[in-house]
Amino acid sequence: MIVFDRVSKRYDEGHDALREISIDISRDEMVFLTGHSGAGKSTLLRLIMLMDRPTRGKVLIDGRDLAKVGSRAIPGHRREIGVVFQNHQLLFDRSVFDNVALPLVIAGYDQREVGRRVRAALDKVGLLERERALPITLSGGEQQRVGIARAVVGRPKILLADEPTGNLDPALSADVMQLFEEFNRVGVTVLIASHDLGLISQLHHRTITLRDGRLVSGMAA
Amino acid sequence: MTGDATSARREGASLSRTSLRGRYDAWLRHHRQSSADSLLRILDNPVSSILTWLVIGIALALPVSLDVALDNAGRVSSTWDSPAQLSLFLVDGTSQAAAKELIEELSKDPQLAQVQFVSREDALEEFTRVSGFADILENLQENPLPDVVLVEPVDSLSPNEVTALRDEFEAQPLVAEATLDMAWLQRLNSLLELSRRSVLALGGFLIFGVVLILGNTIRLAIESRREEIVIVKLVGGSNAFVRRPFLYSGLWYGVGGGVFAALLVSAGLWFLSAPVEQLAALYGSDFSLRGPGLIGSLNLVLVGGLLGLAGAWLAVSRHLGAIEPR
Ligand SMILES: Nc1ncnc2c1ncn2[C@@H]1O[C@H](COP(=O)(O)OP(=O)(O)O)[C@@H](O)[C@H]1O
Ligand SMILES: [Mg+2]
Repeated sequence: MIVFDRVSKRYDEGHDALREISIDISRDEMVFLTGHSGAGKSTLLRLIMLMDRPTRGKVLIDGRDLAKVGSRAIPGHRREIGVVFQNHQLLFDRSVFDNVALPLVIAGYDQREVGRRVRAALDKVGLLERERALPITLSGGEQQRVGIARAVVGRPKILLADEPTGNLDPALSADVMQLFEEFNRVGVTVLIASHDLGLISQLHHRTITLRDGRLVSGMAA
Repeated sequence: MTGDATSARREGASLSRTSLRGRYDAWLRHHRQSSADSLLRILDNPVSSILTWLVIGIALALPVSLDVALDNAGRVSSTWDSPAQLSLFLVDGTSQAAAKELIEELSKDPQLAQVQFVSREDALEEFTRVSGFADILENLQENPLPDVVLVEPVDSLSPNEVTALRDEFEAQPLVAEATLDMAWLQRLNSLLELSRRSVLALGGFLIFGVVLILGNTIRLAIESRREEIVIVKLVGGSNAFVRRPFLYSGLWYGVGGGVFAALLVSAGLWFLSAPVEQLAALYGSDFSLRGPGLIGSLNLVLVGGLLGLAGAWLAVSRHLGAIEPR
């Protein structure tokens, strides 16, 4: 589902964020991406989202070479991937409902379908009764769950998360991880960047470790 | 995709969504949403929005008022276009017979409505009577005035044709000089033409200014919603999707500016109409000011809207591309 074939990424300043990375994540897999701060985790996710292009090597998503996805096709590509960010990236002047509805509105679903799906997603993350609230009135854990609901509302094949538990306490972090496992169980490929090694070790999933942009373990399934 | 439950559902949904009809509905829906949303945002900040509308309204009203003024001036001068009168001064010592022959010839000219001969004696008599210089004139050895033929061209002749006629007369051997009492009118007309062009140039500048003002307003709107744009792009919003609400903002600012301009022009006309009619009545005329009218006002609103779109397009194409998720 997600294939990196000897991918390198060098930023303009000459810094190598990724060096010769090869990974193969299959459909229905849930994988952790770990490593010290600055190891290249976010960079790897950014390449999948086409927020950046690799300097060398190939990235294939669902068999499609991302080098062949032109800039006009990027929005369509992103609609097929759900993303959760550490800093939530919510619209603070819109209700929880509107935030979660955003991907569906972009994709052009009609009002009824949007309502149905948003409520289903909010129900899944346990925030159904807060749909009218503004994100600012929610706790950090709740905001993160709104971000997760938004990431899955379009029923993407792939779910990416960059430090989704970065500023949550251990109990909330475990809840969030459990949510990801549930999505994975219904067939979503999940890739989570995190340096919370304690939490990762409790969950039994493949873990890919980066160090200074190099793959040190977790290459094979 | 395999046939598991989720993907089957997903494919069903995307099928209904990618049909042409479905896409058209979605597109229309987003237009409705963006236009309403942009309008609400503008109305949410009434003070700054009204200021923007006023600035645009004034910039549009200025050239339009000048144009209305010129239109009215043109109407006034057109009522004076005719009759124009040509005075043909005959050469000294023209015999009565020759003068008579000339008059007969002129009377047959279809371009002339009226021909009147004023002999030098009649002219002196009238001049003596009118001028009050009787004493001085009586002491003159001889009559200094020439014979004059006054001719009046038919109404249908344009100022240029009348001027041509004058040149024609002057070429006649019996005519020493032909003068046209229309020179002042021509001067007025060329003054009007000059003013018209100045208004056009001024209008061009102001329209350019309006586009820049709107462009800047939209640029600020884009700047203030930078984070939102990044998020929308991250979850798959296309450039057209991101652009749409800003284009509508520009449209609403421009339309509002056009409405304000129409109101300003109407208010100005209303303010001036009473004294103008009074003045016209003093000259025995029933002239009254003519405004841009309903169609003109609607055009003004339309032009405002188009300028708004242009300004927004300028801002959007310059600034939206630079906002990408990092
Ligand atoms: N936009 C960028 N420009 C230049 N260097 C960057 C950029 N983004 C990340 N880097 C560098 O690339 C390296 C990897 O960064 P990142 O992928 O964010 O690591 P991680 O997410 O594992 O902390 C870091 O050394 C970082 O400084
Ligand atoms: Mg990172």
